[in-house]
Amino acid sequence: MLSEINYLLFNSVLAVSFVASAVYLVFFFGQQERLRKVARMILIGSGILQTLYILSRYLIAGYTPITSQHEAITFFAWSVTWAYLSFHWRYSVRNFGTFISLLVLILLLVAASVSREFHPLAPALQSLWLPVHAGVSVMAYGFLALSFCGGIMYLLQERELKSKKLGFFFSRLPSLESLDQLNSHCLTAGFTFLTLGMVSGSIWARQAWGTYWQWDPKETWSLITWFLYAIQLHQRVTVGWRGKRAAVMSIVGFASVLFTLWGVTYLLGGVHSYAQ
Amino acid sequence: MPSETILLLGVNHKNTPLEVREKLALSSGYEEPLQALAGIAGLKEYFLLSTCNRVEILVSAKDSAAVEKELAGFLFGDALSPDQYEKYLYCHRDDEAIHHLFMVAASLDSMIVGESQILGQLKEAYRWAADKKCTGPILNKLLHKAFSVAKRVRSETRIGSSAVSISYAAIELAKKIFGTLDNKKVLLIGAGEMAELAAEHLVGNGAKDVVVANRTLERALDLAKCFNGRAVGLDEVSDQLEQVDIIVSSTGAPGVILHKADVKPLMRNRRNKPLFFIDIAVPRDLDPALNDLDNVYLYDIDDLNNVVELNKAERDKEAVKASRIVDEEALKFQDWQAGLAITPTIAALRKKGNRISRMELERTLPRLKNLSDKERKSIEKMAGAIVSRLLHDPVIFLKSESCKDQSEMKVDLFRSLFNLEKKE
Repeated sequence: MLSEINYLLFNSVLAVSFVASAVYLVFFFGQQERLRKVARMILIGSGILQTLYILSRYLIAGYTPITSQHEAITFFAWSVTWAYLSFHWRYSVRNFGTFISLLVLILLLVAASVSREFHPLAPALQSLWLPVHAGVSVMAYGFLALSFCGGIMYLLQERELKSKKLGFFFSRLPSLESLDQLNSHCLTAGFTFLTLGMVSGSIWARQAWGTYWQWDPKETWSLITWFLYAIQLHQRVTVGWRGKRAAVMSIVGFASVLFTLWGVTYLLGGVHSYAQ
Repeated sequence: MPSETILLLGVNHKNTPLEVREKLALSSGYEEPLQALAGIAGLKEYFLLSTCNRVEILVSAKDSAAVEKELAGFLFGDALSPDQYEKYLYCHRDDEAIHHLFMVAASLDSMIVGESQILGQLKEAYRWAADKKCTGPILNKLLHKAFSVAKRVRSETRIGSSAVSISYAAIELAKKIFGTLDNKKVLLIGAGEMAELAAEHLVGNGAKDVVVANRTLERALDLAKCFNGRAVGLDEVSDQLEQVDIIVSSTGAPGVILHKADVKPLMRNRRNKPLFFIDIAVPRDLDPALNDLDNVYLYDIDDLNNVVELNKAERDKEAVKASRIVDEEALKFQDWQAGLAITPTIAALRKKGNRISRMELERTLPRLKNLSDKERKSIEKMAGAIVSRLLHDPVIFLKSESCKDQSEMKVDLFRSLFNLEKKE
């Protein structure tokens, strides 16, 4: 019974997210304010369904559902959605939702394409640290994803401004200043969560494996990602790195995030690999 | 057709030079001219619009040929003789007049198509006319319709959304770079008229400090005073570049006065805050390579013109859409107006009565089973008789002499009373 609900929930998450992206895209082309509100409501609906889906998986599995590939990506989509929705509460960035909803849809499609099986939890993962470490890390990825989307929008807008060919994106995308602000805020929030994720991970590692750090591929790549973002933040604070350079760096950083999340599991293995 | 004609006379920026328009601009406001119009015989309703680009009189009148002449005389006063003003004046009747008014309201007839000021001016003019009780059922309906056409055009097309002058284009660009112009600092290099105009626009949109650098300090001081700004010498430009955000350059210098190499080292001190250079000088003051620097944006006069041209093309496309809306709404209004005539109203009323009696008969007769043909005929006759007797008095009232004078108002009321608004 519960697993059927669970199955249905994921399919409805997919469907609702698809509709949200579609409406956002129509809004992006037509720019009718009414559609934006509709699209946002649908995205909120998708966010709520994602939450319910994760809860239902938790009830079935009995542990925080973030250990398999499918679960990690769903959690990732969830954190992007809610990072955006909470962010929107304070700042309004024109047409940001279109980019976010597409990213969420892509993540969910990837999640749909991998196995949704439940796996018994490895003994090493049975700990209260699991939700803390994985949850905080995924929240970090959520905010870093926002800065990635902001970075892409910045590059699109800047290209039109620099080339002096004001076309499709010029009127639809927000000002460079607000995109740069977005980058700065998301970078700060994302980096804070990322650091907390690494600290909690290493405390957990000390408890589970007896050592704070063991140069596992995932740990190594997390450290690389952490450094990429640390450099960005440092340069922004000290010499005022901003604009195009910051946008490019946020995209590079996010590529590193994605590699840490997937590439490492498939290509390099290690103790962090999810159940295959 | 109704007995009254809608007449629209006027001059506008398209075929009347400013010198002529100046002579007739009603500088004393609306009150006096409206009173003067009241003296013209044959006018039932009248309305006056006066802006810097147009003067138009809109009336509903009986004897239109004579009224037309009088109105033209009123419009030009003593300034011009009939021979002289003939080539400036346009005069539209009925359908054309309605269409023209809607075009004006929708800002399709404006000097800058799509600008939004005209609607406000139209509403202001209408407020005056309505306060002085110069308008009646026809013009009230017509003007309200004009406002709603303007609103529809604004919401259904993107006609007002793009900048079509160089100053607006520069502001639009600055807003895409800085988000808002509030508290941004402006540096003017060169203190010419163009620079003054640009600065005015920037300050009008929120820019705060204005610094003027000029070859002759005196002129710089004069201009700086206009904006409560400061004046500096040309050799201090580099220092200023660390502080300001927007630079408008318009000197008459024969060559480039600011090179990429001059600006590059400044960016570190600015902590890479964006710089927006606007070069409106010919020949150019600023090194085109400045645009290659990170966070530096350079637009020269040609670039700005390209933006304007692009927007114009976009706007023309939207104007086509807007004219379609105007056509559609003008037709709707003509239908309404045609309905105001007495004969079609009576016809519509009879038609409605017959329809109701037929409908009721169709409902009742099948239930009365044991009727002979004769009895059935009698019932049908009775139903018809009730309807026509009931409608007899209202029809007599419509046709009566007392109605002829204010036919529009009464017919309009009559039509709402019997719910004849919809086309059958």
